[in-house]
Amino acid sequence: MSALPFTIYVSFAGALCALAAGTRARMVALVTAVLGFGLALVAAGAFSPSPGLQTLINVSWVGELGIRYHLAADGISLTLVVLTGLAATAGVLFSWNVEERAGEFFALYLALIGGVYGVFLSADAFTLFVFYEIAIVPKYFLIAIWGSTNREHGAMKLVLYSFAGSALVLAGLLWAHAAGGATGFGLGELAVAAARIPREGQIAMFALVFLGFAVLAGLFPFHTWAPTGHVAAPTAASMLLAGVVMKLGAYGCLRVALPLFPAGFAFWQQPIAWLAIAGILYAGCVALVQDDFKFVIGYSSVSHMGFVLLGIAAANPEAVAGAVLQMFSHGVIAGLLFAVVGRMIYERTHTRRLADLRGMPLHRALPFAALVFVLAGLASMGMPGFSGFPAELAILVGAWKSSPAWALAAGAGVVVAAAFTLRAIQVSFFGTTDKSVALRNAPVLHLEPITLPERAGAIVLVAATAYVGLNPDALLNWIMPALQSPLMQATLKGGTP
Amino acid sequence: MNYGELFRALSPEAVLVAGALLVLGVDLALGRKKIAEARWNAAARTGILSIGLAACFTYAVGASGTAFDGALVLDSLTRATRFAVLILAGLSLALLPGTVRLRHPAEFVAIVLFATAGFTVMAAAQNLLVAFLALELASLSLYVLAGFDKSRPESAEAALKYFLFGGVSAAFLLFGFSLIYGLTGSIEIPAIARQIGHSPGSPLLVVALVMVLAAFGFKAAAAPFHLWAPDVYQGAPAPAAALIASASKVAGFTLFARLLWSGVGDATGQAPLWMLAVAILAGASLMLGNLVALAQRNLRRLLAYSAIAHAGVMLLGVITGGRFGPAALIYYTFTYGLATIGAFGVIAVVERAGRCDTLEDLAGLHRRSPLLAGCLAVFVLSLAGIPPLAGFFGKFLLFSQALRFGGLSGPAGGLAFLAIALSAVALYYYLLVLKQAYVAAPAAGCQDSIRVPAKPALALLLAAALLIALGVFPGSALGLAT
Repeated sequence: MSALPFTIYVSFAGALCALAAGTRARMVALVTAVLGFGLALVAAGAFSPSPGLQTLINVSWVGELGIRYHLAADGISLTLVVLTGLAATAGVLFSWNVEERAGEFFALYLALIGGVYGVFLSADAFTLFVFYEIAIVPKYFLIAIWGSTNREHGAMKLVLYSFAGSALVLAGLLWAHAAGGATGFGLGELAVAAARIPREGQIAMFALVFLGFAVLAGLFPFHTWAPTGHVAAPTAASMLLAGVVMKLGAYGCLRVALPLFPAGFAFWQQPIAWLAIAGILYAGCVALVQDDFKFVIGYSSVSHMGFVLLGIAAANPEAVAGAVLQMFSHGVIAGLLFAVVGRMIYERTHTRRLADLRGMPLHRALPFAALVFVLAGLASMGMPGFSGFPAELAILVGAWKSSPAWALAAGAGVVVAAAFTLRAIQVSFFGTTDKSVALRNAPVLHLEPITLPERAGAIVLVAATAYVGLNPDALLNWIMPALQSPLMQATLKGGTP
Repeated sequence: MNYGELFRALSPEAVLVAGALLVLGVDLALGRKKIAEARWNAAARTGILSIGLAACFTYAVGASGTAFDGALVLDSLTRATRFAVLILAGLSLALLPGTVRLRHPAEFVAIVLFATAGFTVMAAAQNLLVAFLALELASLSLYVLAGFDKSRPESAEAALKYFLFGGVSAAFLLFGFSLIYGLTGSIEIPAIARQIGHSPGSPLLVVALVMVLAAFGFKAAAAPFHLWAPDVYQGAPAPAAALIASASKVAGFTLFARLLWSGVGDATGQAPLWMLAVAILAGASLMLGNLVALAQRNLRRLLAYSAIAHAGVMLLGVITGGRFGPAALIYYTFTYGLATIGAFGVIAVVERAGRCDTLEDLAGLHRRSPLLAGCLAVFVLSLAGIPPLAGFFGKFLLFSQALRFGGLSGPAGGLAFLAIALSAVALYYYLLVLKQAYVAAPAAGCQDSIRVPAKPALALLLAAALLIALGVFPGSALGLAT
């Protein structure tokens, strides 16, 4: 367990090394990412689940304000740290072909990863906020420099949304700190202080903090940054954005907003749940009619994150555990989908328009890509055997316990998800079933074969989603005890309608 | 009157003035036959040495209470402010060699040292007359520095505007001071505070307060008294603009805060009148600075409007500092000064290789000079308040204090929310600067790499390192100021 903080330090050190390494930066990045993933796995092996956060390091940072550098982990953070390591490693493998300004690319990439690890491990609101903002700025440069379609617009929009969200969080936290008379910024301390605040104050503070984090989690109607940003981003950045960074928002809601202001949450629970459901359905319907392949995946991410938010809003053990499982699951699956679309297809065919892809016999030209996309698509639809199934099932069961209407509405979202995923698979890879057309086009299609790093990355991610799908207890055994912690219990008790 | 005590209290200033005379003398005796480059080097070196020596004397003087019958105060705030302005002035001197192509190097450096002496006296002043004299010594020096580039009409325009505005504000200040003297019969700040505490609410006092606030508003470039700032930032030579934007802010805010805080006395329960006035200035500066900066295409004018926005946050610190101590305000002004000096330093080096007026002139900076681009990123992100840089912690500290100061409905709480909201707006224009430096390709015709002279490079790296170190370990700096 004590190895976990080193995931942060290794990533930042790797960022500096990558900057210095120039053209060999990708090797540095791979070593760093694998090292971070390895540290996470080693820590996971030594992890014995217990309610409450297990402190990793806790030293005074700014004594005058009672700010402490306090890192801690429980099953929820551990799940997400493992996800981060996995996504980071796969992301490096899928950006093996980045040649332009490679040193800076991987330096920013690793700095972003370091910030993400930091957020998942923080138990002090100040520390968490610092890492949260460290993760924002690299996104701008990753998208604006190495991105594609409309990249400067997409990058700016994404960063301003994220930063505006974090400004809301900052305002809410400082307000709670001042109004509750807290002596420090530790999450436990803040929760005790916030309990002293009158209910009206808690309601307003919860709104600020939750909304700030939820913007990053893609809560409808504040999700619009996500599809544009994901489409504009280079493959590795899309994988990280959809796979990990959106989870920062959901994690912030779960770790900070809910435990600190249970009374505020009780007030806002219904609107949040319905907004989450609206996001599931709306984004799913939008994904159904997109012509840009990457927009399909971008909107599907918003739709799947809606399930996470619904699970959090339902606030019972099944739903919240399902939400965490869904964070892991979607992190892996979204990474896979973006990898196939952004790296395997777009960089070979130079088009993402479904209308163009329909004319190409991609399932023959790139059978590996087709296989991976079909598997990822099945996982994304919630097919049993993949991680999406237990996650969404747990969320729906949990939502039903809180309010059957939520479960029914969200269940319709599962159907929509199946529809847009099947459409994407059918149109992109199996658009031409007519053999004569295929043969006529085949000579034109000189696609470079799938490289070894791409295969490795895809296999790792598919294995992860299949493993968790077949054995969800591997993660649930970490997650469930974490929900017994006093902070979480306050939410789960206060949150049942 | 103990002149030995006076000399001891003002030993840093004595060193600075002696250094200024030495710079002039050395250049007069030895510099005539040398090339300009060598003269700039020699002058800057002597100047930095005397600033270093002044810093040593500041340390030796320590925080030892009042001096010279209460005209000067030597407390931790004095010491922290003196250190801050000395570091900032030293950095702006280090930017000179190899970047400016002006005549009269010794005069430039000597005037910077005079201005610095003015700043350090401002840090210690506890007497209206001393305060006014110090402020005028600093201001007059800065007017000269703003107009130092005789080859460019913009520089003359900047100096004239700065001088006219500054002169009017000095008149306001003096008028306000004279009213205060008439009301209280004293020019010592503590005595004035006692007097006002006994008989509050006089309408003349309100007039005096408004006069003083207007004058400081001019000096601090707070809206609606900000109009000189964009033109001066644009026209003045870059190192002069750096000094105007940084060290003068630190010293000015220390003096301003000292003037107001001792007037607070025990009246902590009710928000005093000046707080409301300062809050209005702060809110106006925050709104105007951040929103107008969005429309700027000239880098220096953008920095000027960002300075106006930052002045708004500093005014917030003036409100809260009376209760929570000056550490947050001095930390904020100092780190802001570091970032601004750095930004102007980058401008100075880029200007040497070509133009640096519009944002587009920074295009492709990452390829032309990775060092400059990297430093610029640190400075701009610190101005934007991104952790782990010092600009973030300064904001965090001030906002946290503002919200503890009477809650959200207090005079500062609402302003803190406004400032937090506007920080998201501000990130947009700061990112526009970095977008040019990192994302855009170099414009045709200026793709050559930029050679960064050694001393400015060192100054920029030092400023960047300080911003990172102060941001990661803010506790040490805060301890120094309390």
